[in-house]
Amino acid sequence: MNNTMERKYLPFEKPLEAMEKELAQLQARKQETFADNQAEIVRLQQKLSETTRQIFSSLTPWQKVQLARHPNRPHALDYINAIFEEFIELHGDRVGADDPAIIAGLAKFEGTSLVVIGQQKGRDTKENLTRKFGMAHPEGYRKARRLMALGEQLHLPVITLIDTPGANPDMAAEERGQALAIASNLQHMAGLRTPILVVVIGEGGSGGALGIGLGDRVLMQEYAIYSVISPEGCASILWKNQQAVEDAARALKLTAPELLQLGIIDEVVPEPPGGAHRDPAKAAEVLAKAMRKHLTELKTISLEELVELRYQKYRKMGVFREISTTAET
Amino acid sequence: MIFRKRYARITPRETPEAKKELWVKCERCGRIVYEKKWKEMWKVCHYCGSYSRLTALERIELLTDPGTFQERWSNLISADPLEFVGARSYVDKLKEDMLKTGLKEALVTGEAKIGGFPVALAILDPHFIMGSMGSVVGEKFVRICELCLEKKWPLVSVSGGGGGARMYEGALSLMQMAKTSAAVERLHRNGLFYISVLTDPTMGGVAASFAFLGDIILAEPGALIGFAGPRVIEQTIRQKLPPGFQTSEFLYQRGMIDLIVERKDLKQTITRLLNIIH
Repeated sequence: MNNTMERKYLPFEKPLEAMEKELAQLQARKQETFADNQAEIVRLQQKLSETTRQIFSSLTPWQKVQLARHPNRPHALDYINAIFEEFIELHGDRVGADDPAIIAGLAKFEGTSLVVIGQQKGRDTKENLTRKFGMAHPEGYRKARRLMALGEQLHLPVITLIDTPGANPDMAAEERGQALAIASNLQHMAGLRTPILVVVIGEGGSGGALGIGLGDRVLMQEYAIYSVISPEGCASILWKNQQAVEDAARALKLTAPELLQLGIIDEVVPEPPGGAHRDPAKAAEVLAKAMRKHLTELKTISLEELVELRYQKYRKMGVFREISTTAET
Repeated sequence: MIFRKRYARITPRETPEAKKELWVKCERCGRIVYEKKWKEMWKVCHYCGSYSRLTALERIELLTDPGTFQERWSNLISADPLEFVGARSYVDKLKEDMLKTGLKEALVTGEAKIGGFPVALAILDPHFIMGSMGSVVGEKFVRICELCLEKKWPLVSVSGGGGGARMYEGALSLMQMAKTSAAVERLHRNGLFYISVLTDPTMGGVAASFAFLGDIILAEPGALIGFAGPRVIEQTIRQKLPPGFQTSEFLYQRGMIDLIVERKDLKQTITRLLNIIH
């Protein structure tokens, strides 16, 4: 990630701003003038880490939504560059377009070749216009599908990185079959004869996220979210009030620990204190460790069993009641 | 997620003593239709030809051989796994729609015969929480697919779902897309045949999972079919959508649908397909 990127602060991060700036100044002065301010630096660091701990130990679901969308949060390409030794991005859906909202390619991870697919948000307005804010069109899903098929063919595991507000809701997407593109990816992933490891690294926006998100293991970073609808959308439909986003975020149970409890994800991947954007290198390191563990486990399972286990995993999802008043079997 | 009501809501099976329901007003053309004629035409206005939504029970009557439908798994009922508290509770919404529709859930599943051929049937009723996919919808769909695998029967599904997502069930609702798609994948791998009929409206997660995974996709004329709702698109692009956008005809022109079939011909068309592939 770019070090010169301007640090932005969410309202609840504000108490950290002054301290982080002061700390940066102290460290700069030490480097430039060899000032003997080490004691002062340590004291400030302690204060900073204590304040960070306090703020981040009691985040509300809505605050986590904001963190998942944090303008400084590492994106798919940041993790790809940090974690994989080699990455060659490949392009095109072989039907008529290439979608910059989804990046896909071949990579090497600790000696293992694999297919990597991720939704990519932009860093600034210009980049976001190109990347469509990470909201894929049908061609993005088709490119993803094409590379998953390549993974199956070459016996390469597939890693997908999820970070999207949702599938692109514009006219072009509808004209080119958005629903069909997502549906066929789901079917394809359900039967894919190679391991699929899914990581939600930011926003898991509904069907648009799931379109590359059906896998053998689904991991989620600590401050990522995954939801059937955005809190804004839910608030306006069920509360008829945009101000109700905090209530909606709470009601939807969209945070990583809640989804772990509901059995929708398999593991919460911890983030550095203060969130992935405070220490992207550390976040990538922890994520790589989790990837390694799961890929190693998945590699030991036969392909037949893998597809069967994947089916059973999703077969079990859902909570309902079965009443026994009818004479049916 | 929520769409304009394009037609007057006609409550099925009015109490017989209240004989005032002799006339129905078509909301599209505004003309008054004699109720008997309305029913004969399966809720298609015989003046302007516009389609009104059928309930699951009417749909069964339309498609299956009389007396052959046997419902399965009607004993599956939604739980409230998120203990959803919003402007109103999930439990209240469920109760209200159960009363309104006489159904226990949005998806009605069972076995039946169509033109003499045994089939497994899954019908999504858009009147029950907009035909959205909760855990029960996903579970019943998977069970009907498993019945197909056991009996080697073809699957016929009829989709009418306003938004797909059932917000009250959060991400569990979202996962029903994965669950139902995985079940269709099993049908494919085992060489079974799946006909999907799209009716007004088939949107969101319903469209983006089992509805568009039919080996053959039929649609009723003029149905609203797509992923994002028209209002969401209009908000995104900040302009009005052209007329006919996201209709059956629009999708047919773009190669997304096999056939547009009039309601009165639907049973015959399905029978002809089953006759070739059985």
